[in-house]
Amino acid sequence: MQTVFTLGRALLGRIRKFKYHALGVLVLFCISTASAFAQDAAPEPALPQSVANIIWLCLTAFLVFFMQAGFAMVESGLTRAKNSVNIMMKNLLDFCFGALLFWAMGYAIMYSSGDSNFFGFDSALAFLGSANAPTDAGGYATSAAWLFQVVFAATAATIVSGAMAERTKLIAYLLYSCLISALVYPITGRWIWGGGWLADMGIRDFAGSTVVHSVGGWAALAGAIIVGPRLGKYNKDGSVNAITPHNMPLAALGVFILWFGWYGFNPGSTLLAISGVSHVAVTTTLAAAAGAVAALIISWIHFKKPDLSMTLNGTLAGLVGITAPCASVSTSSAVIIGLIAGVLVFYSCLFFERKLKIDDPVGAISVHGVCGAWGTLAVGLFGQHAIDAQYWTEETAIKDGLFFGGGADQLITQAIGVASIFAFVLVAMLIIFFVIKVSVGLRVSDDEQLQGLDLGEHGNVAYGGFVFESTGPNAVITKETDKK
Amino acid sequence: MKKIEAIIRTAKFEDVLSELSKIGIKFMTYSEVKGIGLEQTTQQQYRGTFFDVGFTPRTRLEIAVPTSKLDQVVECLLKVAHTGKVGDGKIFIYEIADAYRIRTKERGDAAL
Repeated sequence: MQTVFTLGRALLGRIRKFKYHALGVLVLFCISTASAFAQDAAPEPALPQSVANIIWLCLTAFLVFFMQAGFAMVESGLTRAKNSVNIMMKNLLDFCFGALLFWAMGYAIMYSSGDSNFFGFDSALAFLGSANAPTDAGGYATSAAWLFQVVFAATAATIVSGAMAERTKLIAYLLYSCLISALVYPITGRWIWGGGWLADMGIRDFAGSTVVHSVGGWAALAGAIIVGPRLGKYNKDGSVNAITPHNMPLAALGVFILWFGWYGFNPGSTLLAISGVSHVAVTTTLAAAAGAVAALIISWIHFKKPDLSMTLNGTLAGLVGITAPCASVSTSSAVIIGLIAGVLVFYSCLFFERKLKIDDPVGAISVHGVCGAWGTLAVGLFGQHAIDAQYWTEETAIKDGLFFGGGADQLITQAIGVASIFAFVLVAMLIIFFVIKVSVGLRVSDDEQLQGLDLGEHGNVAYGGFVFESTGPNAVITKETDKK
Repeated sequence: MKKIEAIIRTAKFEDVLSELSKIGIKFMTYSEVKGIGLEQTTQQQYRGTFFDVGFTPRTRLEIAVPTSKLDQVVECLLKVAHTGKVGDGKIFIYEIADAYRIRTKERGDAAL
């Protein structure tokens, strides 16, 4: 039995070694090895490891999918009632368009095994390739891998929605959704998860602080810059107006849903049903808790009142921060990473709002962009080779971080990753949003903003039967009935 | 003493408020109201069916002023609440027989 265990561990180690590298092919290889091994040495277990892996991957993909609901609730809760229909549309449709494009080409770019370390396209993976009509275990493994990746791609895409809420044309947003899922996310994803140049340097982004959250966050920054602030956010003298949220319980529900979904996001990124998922879940939990506590304390000190909105953002900041290092750090380090993320998100939100005058209604740039960068850097500070090696191999595991006697090597690698992804995504998205702006237009008219995008874009309201400011201004006069 | 009742666009409310405070109007009552008028009421559609909500939302201001201040306030409202499109609203002026401030029991202009 001991032999079985040891061989099993060795096999898992091999899978981990190639974790993100041509995943489908690799899983196929492992399945064939595993079944051959099982026949030779021991009776088939009740649930073969290969099946358990697929179930775990699908289960966690379902959890990550549910984060879409969380994003939708956070965003609509933190904005005004008159834009809620529009926000639901965006959050539903960015996933739908994203899934179709990630199926058609995104996945083929992200996991292409070409020569170039920067860009590639594997036509065998386009439209899911061999798993298009799967009939064997290898095909099902590819299906599971794709499902798990597509919900991540959609998470990156939907982050932008919040930062551009209440003023962006639906058609412009849909175009953006297609482009990020088909091109931007797969290209940067390939650099880190698809065997690209950052992966070769030994960067560690376990569940996507940079690959998913920073990419979404920096895209949100580009979008918020190009679309401009909401009408009435800033006065002529540059002072800031509070545009109050319409449903804080809904925003809180969204954060609870996101936290719940994160138990798929981080523990699922083991990609395998291994016992190590428990540690990943624990670091995720502790960092979220610490992020909330830090944001609570800092907002209490600064605002003289404990601020719910900031505390919710602190929770998300902790979660984003621990996403890269969740399988490389101790629980104590996770708490510190979460605390710093909670403080960081508070000052970052104020910095973007008050100093840079970038209007981000939900704080997506700070939560996902800034804390994603922090989480990625944290691997180079708090990472421990011994913990990381449990999920990878001795050779592919990270070096000890700066605070654990490993010097600055890992930190420098992480910093190169953070900086290059920031530069690429910001520039690419600025170009994309600019092209959208001059082609179909990015921003709705001022009249429509006053009236609300629900009426302007969709012709209906979220809360029918109530009188809201949404219908208040009525600045658009569709048909004049002046009888004089 | 006069009472000014003004029905204005809700979108203009903040502008009106800040302009009125510049000319010393610091006391008023306002409310969100529904009404019908020359402007077409809000159109909505649900699953392809168009319908009319049957009212236009507006903001109603009620301001009590000393007679000497009446023209200044009306002028301000006419200027700030104006867009030139149908539905800018109306202003009504009433006589006030008397006024009291409950806290101090002041009466007349002093109570305003």
